[in-house]
This record gives sequence, structure tokens and C-alpha cells, in this order.
Amino acid sequence: MKNRLKVLRAARDWTQADLAVVLEVSRQTVNAIETGKYDPSLPLAFRLARLFGLSIEDIFQDQAEV
Amino acid sequence: MSTHPPDTHAWASRMIRTTLGLAAWTAAWVASLALAAFGPGVLWNDQPAPTVVAIAFSVLVGVGMLFANKRNLQGLDELQRTIQLQAMAWSLGAGLVGGCAWSLFARHDLVGFEAEIGHLIAFMGLVYLAGCVAGALRYR
Repeated sequence: MKNRLKVLRAARDWTQADLAVVLEVSRQTVNAIETGKYDPSLPLAFRLARLFGLSIEDIFQDQAEV
Repeated sequence: MSTHPPDTHAWASRMIRTTLGLAAWTAAWVASLALAAFGPGVLWNDQPAPTVVAIAFSVLVGVGMLFANKRNLQGLDELQRTIQLQAMAWSLGAGLVGGCAWSLFARHDLVGFEAEIGHLIAFMGLVYLAGCVAGALRYR
């Protein structure tokens, strides 16, 4: 699954560690999501969407649809 | 736009606390196991009563360690939990298959020494560690 997390984070000048603290996950998890190695659970995807004020679909794109 | 996220390290602090708690319980369990294993010969001349007490104490500390492990797992984030689950699955599977094979080798006198539970524990521990390292590298 592709995502815009890195772009959204960079636009706010946040580090992966900053984002990890807010989401209550490890920095490794943020990095794995950004690089597409790990797809987050629905609750974590909702937390991300709320944090950035976007919908889940605005952040994550199913590669089958791209 | 440069906005800073709210600074809360509650999760990280909780993780450190539960990990240290698990380490302390594990160390206590290993110490209690050593007491139950070597105490009878070294400390109380093979008397049965203190041996039973030492084994019961080791079981109690072991239960404490299990709950500490459960707390630690619940405190992990979802990726860490996935890595742990995969490592434990490898360890359990390899322990079952390897343990049965090892037992058969021993039963048919195909190994030069006695198969002991310690061998299985060490093998499972090594597979678990390898699984954790492999998981950490996979999601690096």
C-alpha cells in the first residue's frame, strides 16, 4: 500500500521520532509505514488521518487502484 | 508550515517500565530456578521439604514472569507485536519439530549424549532471538 506519510510529515517539519511520540508507536514503525514495508492497522490509520486532518484515503492508496 | 506535535513520551516511558519489569522478573525466575536446581545439593543436603518450597517458589516467580511478559507484549506497538508474534511462532514451531526429532535421535541412541530439556530451551531461545533480529531487519 502506497502512502503520503513522508510528504505530510515533512510539510509540518516533523521528524519520524516526533510523529512516533504523538502516535505512541516506535520510530521504527513510522519508518516501516513510510517505506511501505508495513501496513498500519485501521485504528492507527484513523489516528494518522485525525492527526493530519485528512481522510484515510487521502493518506493511503491501495496499489491495486493506482 | 512548521508546527510541532504535542510532546508526550508516556508510551515510551511505559515501554521502558514494562521492559525493565520483565527483565527483573526474568532474572528473579532464573535465580529461583538456580536455587531449586543447586540448592538441594549445595545448601540443604537434599532434604525434601526445602526442595519442594524452592520449586514452588520458582513456579510462583515464573507465573509473575508470565504476567510481566503479557504486560510487556500489550505495551508494544502493533509492528513490534507482529515481530514478536512471528519470532514466537518460529520458536514454538522449531521447538516442537526440533524437540520431537531430538527425542527420536536420543531414543534410538543416535546421539552421543542424553537429550535434556535444557537443550530444547536453549534451541528455542536461539530461534526466538534469530526471529526477533530477522523481524527487526525486515522492517528496518
